[in-house]
Amino acid sequence: MSTLEIVRSALRGMNANKLRSVLTLLGVLIGVGSVILLVGVGQGSATAVADQIGALGSSTLTVRSGGVSSGALRYQNLTTTVSDALTTASQDGTAPSIDAVVPEVSTSGTVTYGTESTSATVIGTTASYFEATTADVAQGTGFTQNDVDTSRRVVVIGSELAETLFGTADPVGQSIVIGSTPYYVDGVLQTQDSSGIESSNSNVIMPITRAQQSISGYGDLSAILLKATSDDTVDTAKAEAASVLNSVFKLSSSSDASYTISSQTQLLSTQESTTSTFAAMLTAVACLSLIVGGIGVTNIMLVTVTERTREIGIRKALGATRGAILGQFLVEATLLSLLGGLLGVVAALIGSRFSILGIEPQIVGSSVVLALGVSIGIGVFFGGYPAARASRLRPVEALRHE
Amino acid sequence: MTTVLDDDTQPLEPWAPPATPVLDVRDLHKIYDDGVQQVRAVDGVDLLVERGEYVAIMGASGSGKSTMMNILGCLDVPTSGEYHLDGIDVASLGERQLSRVRNQDIGFVFQAFNLIPSMTARANVELPMMYAGVPLAERRERARAALEVVGLDQRANHRPNALSGGQQQRVAVARSLVNAPALILADEPTGNLDSRSTAEVLDIFDQLNGLGRTIVLITHEDEVAARAQRVVRMRDGRIVSDEWNEPRDAMSGAAR
Repeated sequence: MSTLEIVRSALRGMNANKLRSVLTLLGVLIGVGSVILLVGVGQGSATAVADQIGALGSSTLTVRSGGVSSGALRYQNLTTTVSDALTTASQDGTAPSIDAVVPEVSTSGTVTYGTESTSATVIGTTASYFEATTADVAQGTGFTQNDVDTSRRVVVIGSELAETLFGTADPVGQSIVIGSTPYYVDGVLQTQDSSGIESSNSNVIMPITRAQQSISGYGDLSAILLKATSDDTVDTAKAEAASVLNSVFKLSSSSDASYTISSQTQLLSTQESTTSTFAAMLTAVACLSLIVGGIGVTNIMLVTVTERTREIGIRKALGATRGAILGQFLVEATLLSLLGGLLGVVAALIGSRFSILGIEPQIVGSSVVLALGVSIGIGVFFGGYPAARASRLRPVEALRHE
Repeated sequence: MTTVLDDDTQPLEPWAPPATPVLDVRDLHKIYDDGVQQVRAVDGVDLLVERGEYVAIMGASGSGKSTMMNILGCLDVPTSGEYHLDGIDVASLGERQLSRVRNQDIGFVFQAFNLIPSMTARANVELPMMYAGVPLAERRERARAALEVVGLDQRANHRPNALSGGQQQRVAVARSLVNAPALILADEPTGNLDSRSTAEVLDIFDQLNGLGRTIVLITHEDEVAARAQRVVRMRDGRIVSDEWNEPRDAMSGAAR
C-alpha cells in the first residue's frame, strides 16, 4: 500500500465525518492561532516600550528638584546658577561625560492662531535642546543661541499642535499668540512616538529668556536636561552631575540629596516590567487555550478510533497489515492537526494586522513553530495511540466491537 | 467470462494430479477459559476440503461453527491443533504473513455484510486489492468485473446505505472474490436476507462454484445447505456427520 493510498484513505476518513473533522480543525485552529497571536501581542507591547525608550533618547538625564532621604522630603531650588555650574563643569573638564546642559522652564499657556485656540505646554529652553533631545525640527528651523541671548519672540511647535492650529497650511513664518504676546513660528518638530511618556507633539518650544520674560517669570527651572557623551557614559555622567550638584547645594553626600537625577530608561523600566508581566500572562492564557484545544483533539481522536474499531476489524479481515491501519489513522490525525495548525497560523497572521488593545502584535517565529509542533504532536500521539492499540487486536475481537 | 474468474481454473484440468487440499484441519481445539468456567467451543475437529468443493457447515447456535469459521478465516487463533491452508501451516505464520493470507488466500463473506459505510460499493470491492498493492487502473477494471458478476455494476458508485441488504451482500461477495482467493468463507451469508435476496446470493455461489471456486459456508437453514455438495454438521464443538448431497455430487466429480 503506497503512501498516496494511505493519504487517500485518510482523506476519505476525514471526509466521512465532516462535522467532527471541522470541529477538530477548529480546536487546533483556535489553540494555535491564539498562542501565536497573544505571544505576538506580548512581543508587540515590549517593542513599543523599547521604541519609547529610543524616542526619549537613552543618553539623556533629567535633573529635578526634590529628593527623599531618611524618609524626609528635601527640597532646594533649581536655579540658573545650578545649570550654569553644570555647564561650567562640562566645559572645564570636571564633568567630561556631560556633553550638553539644557535648562528648561515649563508652564502651560493658551495658544491662539486666528480663530483656533488650544492650551499647550510651553517650554522655555536653550538652542542645545534640539541636539540633546530627540526632538528634531522637521519644517523651518530651530531657534539659535543668538535668539536666546536677544530673547526673540520665536517658537518651534509640535506637529500635533501645528495640525490643530493650522490644519494643512504651512505654519512656518506665521504668527501665533501665547497669552497676549505674538510669536513667530520658526519651525515645526517632527512627529514623535506618541506613546512616549513626555510627548512633545503638542508642545511649544521657545527661548528660555523669552519664556521667563513673558510667561513663567524669573523663578526656578523646572528641570535641567543633561546629555551624556554616549549611551555608555550615562552612568558616569550621572555621577559627575551628582558631585557638581552636591558642591553647589553644599551637601556632604548624595544620600541626603535634595535633587533627583533620573535617566529616561529608568523612567521606563517600571513600565517595561509591567509589560513583561502582561506578556507572560498572555502567553499563559494562550498556552491554556492550546491545551484546551489539544484536549478537544484528543477526545475526538479517541472517539473516532473507538467508533471505528469495527472498521479496523473489517480492514484487517480483508488483509490490511497493522502498519497500514496505523498509517491510515496517523496520517488522518496528522493531516487534521497540520491543517488546523496551518489555518491557525493564517488566522494569527490576519489577526496580527489589526491592533489589539492598542498594541500592534508582532509574530514571533518560535511561537509559530512551538504551537504547530505541539498541536501536531497531540494529534499524532492521541490519534496514533488508540489506533495502535486497535490495530493489535485480533480481527475477530475488532469485528465484535459495536 | 471475466478476468476475475479465469485466474483459478488451472487446477480443474481433469488430468491434473491430486492437488493440495485447500483446508486440512487436524484435531482443532478452541477453549475459552475465563477462570470460572471452561467453554470448549471447538473440541477436536478434523476436516479436509479439496479444491473446488462446496461445503456447508451446519449446526445450532453454540455448536462452535462460527468459532470454527473465524479460525479457518485466520481471524482468530486456535488453542491447539493443526491448520493447513492451501498447504501452508497457519500456526507458523507471523502477523504480516497472516495479513497476506487473509488478503490473498481467503475471501470472507459476513452475515452482517461488513462493508465500510463511508465508501462506495466500488471502493469497498477495491479495498482488498488496495492492500494487495494492485495498481489503480487494474483495480478499477477488476472491481468493475467483480461487480458485474454479482449483477451490481450499475450501482458501483452507491454507498452501502443506499443499497438493499441483498445488494450489500452481493457487494460483499464481489469483494471476497476480487483477489481470486483459494477459498471463499461465508459465515451465515443469508442470515440477514429475505428469501429473494437469499436466492440471488446462493445463485452467485453456485455460479462461482461451477467455475471452480472452493466455498465453505455456514448456515442453520436446510434450504441453504441443500445447495452445497457436502454438508458437515456440528454439535458441541465436534463434527457429528459429514455427508454428500446426492444430486449435485456428480457435478464436481472432476475435482476428486
